[in-house]
Amino acid sequence: MKRFSIGKLTLPIYSFLTMGFMLIPIVYTIVFSFNDSTPRTQGQWQGFTLDKWTGVCKNPEVCDSLGTSIFISTVSTLIATILGTALAIALVRYKFRGRSLVNLALFLPMATPEVVLGVGLAGFFFNVFGGSVFGLTTVIIAHVMFCLSFVVVTVKARVQTLDPVLEEAGRDLYANPNQVFWKITFPLLLPGIISAALLSFSLSFDDFIITYFNSANVETFPKFIYVAATRGVPAEANVIASAVFLTAILIVLVTQINGAIKRKRLLKK
Amino acid sequence: MAFAAFGSGSAQEHKSPTKSGKVVLALLLPGLVYLGLFFFTPLFSLIVTSLESPAPTGGIGEYVYGFEWQNYVTVISTYMPQILRSFLYASIATIIALLVSYPLAYYIGVKLRTRPLLQRLMLVLVIAPFFISFLLRTIAWKQIFSDNGALMQVVYSTGLMDHSQHFLGTDAAVIFGLTYNFIPFMTLPLYTTLERFDIRLLEAGSDLYASPAKVFRKITLPISMPGIISGTLLVFIPIAGDYVNAGQNFLGSSKTSMIGTIVDTEFLQTQNYPIGSALSVLLMAVIVALVSLYVRSSGTEDLL
Amino acid sequence: MAIDFKPSGADLELIDVRKEFPGFTALEDMDLHIPAGEFFALLGPSGCGKTTTLRIVAGLEQQTTGQVLIGGKDVSATKPHERPVNTVFQSYALFPHMTILENVAFGLRQRKVEDPLKKAMDALNLVELGYAAERRPQQLSGGQQQRVALARALVNRPALLLLDEPLGALDLKLRRQMQIELKAIQMEVGLTFLHVTHDQEEAMDMADTVAVMNKGRIEQMGAPEALYDRPKTAFVSKFLGQSNLFVGNVVDSNANSISIEVGGHKITAPKARAEKHTGKVAIGVRPEKATFHREKPKLGADHVLVGPGEIIDIRFTGVSNQYLIDIPKVGEVTVFAQNVGISPVIELGEKVWVSWKVEHSFGLSDLPAGNEDE
Repeated sequence: MKRFSIGKLTLPIYSFLTMGFMLIPIVYTIVFSFNDSTPRTQGQWQGFTLDKWTGVCKNPEVCDSLGTSIFISTVSTLIATILGTALAIALVRYKFRGRSLVNLALFLPMATPEVVLGVGLAGFFFNVFGGSVFGLTTVIIAHVMFCLSFVVVTVKARVQTLDPVLEEAGRDLYANPNQVFWKITFPLLLPGIISAALLSFSLSFDDFIITYFNSANVETFPKFIYVAATRGVPAEANVIASAVFLTAILIVLVTQINGAIKRKRLLKK
Repeated sequence: MAFAAFGSGSAQEHKSPTKSGKVVLALLLPGLVYLGLFFFTPLFSLIVTSLESPAPTGGIGEYVYGFEWQNYVTVISTYMPQILRSFLYASIATIIALLVSYPLAYYIGVKLRTRPLLQRLMLVLVIAPFFISFLLRTIAWKQIFSDNGALMQVVYSTGLMDHSQHFLGTDAAVIFGLTYNFIPFMTLPLYTTLERFDIRLLEAGSDLYASPAKVFRKITLPISMPGIISGTLLVFIPIAGDYVNAGQNFLGSSKTSMIGTIVDTEFLQTQNYPIGSALSVLLMAVIVALVSLYVRSSGTEDLL
Repeated sequence: MAIDFKPSGADLELIDVRKEFPGFTALEDMDLHIPAGEFFALLGPSGCGKTTTLRIVAGLEQQTTGQVLIGGKDVSATKPHERPVNTVFQSYALFPHMTILENVAFGLRQRKVEDPLKKAMDALNLVELGYAAERRPQQLSGGQQQRVALARALVNRPALLLLDEPLGALDLKLRRQMQIELKAIQMEVGLTFLHVTHDQEEAMDMADTVAVMNKGRIEQMGAPEALYDRPKTAFVSKFLGQSNLFVGNVVDSNANSISIEVGGHKITAPKARAEKHTGKVAIGVRPEKATFHREKPKLGADHVLVGPGEIIDIRFTGVSNQYLIDIPKVGEVTVFAQNVGISPVIELGEKVWVSWKVEHSFGLSDLPAGNEDE
């Protein structure tokens, strides 16, 4: 007894419409990367051009800020991932006094609004080292700070799914503690560590508020856009954002589809 | 994928394979020292600054420690509208984000289980906004809603609004932007809890409670509680401290300034550090109080 | 570090091994010797300390006091990876990030054995899974994973192979099949097997020697037939098969036998089959050794006779029928009768006598729970 019902279609239709709505500004940004405009006229469609894509670095500010952003995000992701993974392993695998206190201490930065983190760090740097300290280092320190807790939470979830018996099996099969870690624990945690690193990178790459307070004259990509917003954002910024977006989405799509196909094959077995 | 960050890992504990204190210390120490140095010390320094008073001899931007409680009185009396507005915006945007996200997360997490490929595609679309600068997305909305944009022209022509009225710069525009920006942060944790949950419970539920509404209230909703809690936290906290959406170059106006706007001004323009710090400390204190109250009342303290 | 791998198994010796966890003692001063090449089973209910024993032998758990000797060498202070011992885990513990072949080759690679992949492939062929070498563990069924786990351990030719309820997760049919395979492999490779299980049939079926554990101690140890034929404690008599137990004071004792009095009946056991000869003693008999009679039979002194009683339950189990008979002042007695189709049909409520040969009685060293008080 299958009957046609509007009710059954409501949820899918709603979901696809919502997804569509979420994508509007993304599509808009990509479309306007082909806008034949000056920064001042970028708000209006001026006609189609490929110039902004082919000559994206003719506006050196945009390209430089992108380079700075990539550098900062890479370095801070690396540091945050290492520190956070160590913390996550310790928190799940070991019982020690004050563990709940450590959990709380890691939760607090996530409960702290960016503006408070940014201002707090800026004040601290200023008081301890003086106004000349602000630069790449302070930005990276700040980025590691706010990424750290997110890394811990992500890796922790993975460590919790890791069966300690696998490590015991490794020890039983003649692997010393060091080998057990690198041949069993680490590869099994790797998906979680990679997710954490990706999350950390995207948080860092897109951060504006904390960077703003701690960067002095270091120009990141978000900071460039924020400052440019007063007089008009050049279309080259749209080109960069679109390129980053398309690359990221491509990578994610490939891995996700791969995963889905693998899972399907497993289900069939 | 990064989704796990927004879910709540099961609180299950494993027995420790070794009790080696040195290893724990080596794992914990670097991270904790970092946290102490660059989170707790700055926080403390912020509290100290918030109690400073202007240096008697100094110029602009120079202050001495003075245990000046008055700063907080000043902040509360002067910036009450911004404080209220911040939390009001955050509350409204969080509720709307939850209402919009829940059906979507349910559809992807439960209904699409039988179609893994479509499920993954939808997930990618949910996180897609993360990959493009939120500033540019906000600017895109600004241009879409601008008075001479196509959308507003249609609105004006239908007579819903007349030409002296604008959408940009209103409370509604700011709340719209905030909600939009944070919907993915709500959808993902909801998805992670819903995706895990056993569909057979629903079948058992419809067996026992019969009506779908009752099944939802008695089974689905309680089970998705962890997702709702981490989602609301991940949305509410950053919104309360945000000021980009409310900024005059984005969706807001001088009438939509939030706490962050004032902190920005006090620090970077008027260099009134004690007042800026006091406001930050106040924001932080209110959020910590709200969060601990919220987490405790929902009975999931080990959630995060 | 050199590990001494014997071509065949080595013997295992536990001396006064004690393990205390916070709040309880898992093992109480355990002494155990397993000769090389033997298939040894540790049998007991969950929580009896059998898995703890195995983990101590593997080195995964450190004993509180006592020594572990493998092949005569004290390994008490060595780490798991330094012991010539391999384990087949209950959950198999196959590495999900490696292929089946890499799983099996893991131990060989760690020990830098030459040609690990070829040897691993040989081991896989031994368990008839050569065709699955390139698959991942998740793609195999439970029985297949179990065989991979076995191959992964066997390929190292350990002095001692530890099996931690390796068949527990399989269904009955597969379990029986794997039992036969496992036994065949053990005979073929000639290794010492230490098998932990709570399945008494499995233990009796496969092991040369069975040790029954209870509350951190070995209650009784011996060949399966001997254990079954002559359990020495109430726990063993009940855990290994079923038993009818009768408790009473010794009223007769001569050179060959002792008799206790229970509800006006005299129950006799050979002295050689009784642990205790005076005072309050428990004497038991296996249900299949007992028969019932509709008429009071005339039997000599070489038989025990109790009754009359009333049949209160009959169960059909396929090969045999189980009868529950309530005898006043004696209690309930279970009798198994083979379902050969020639015995007369018996109805519930009928009056019967129960008898068995004295030589089938056994006397316990302790009393069943509830009879400890004088």
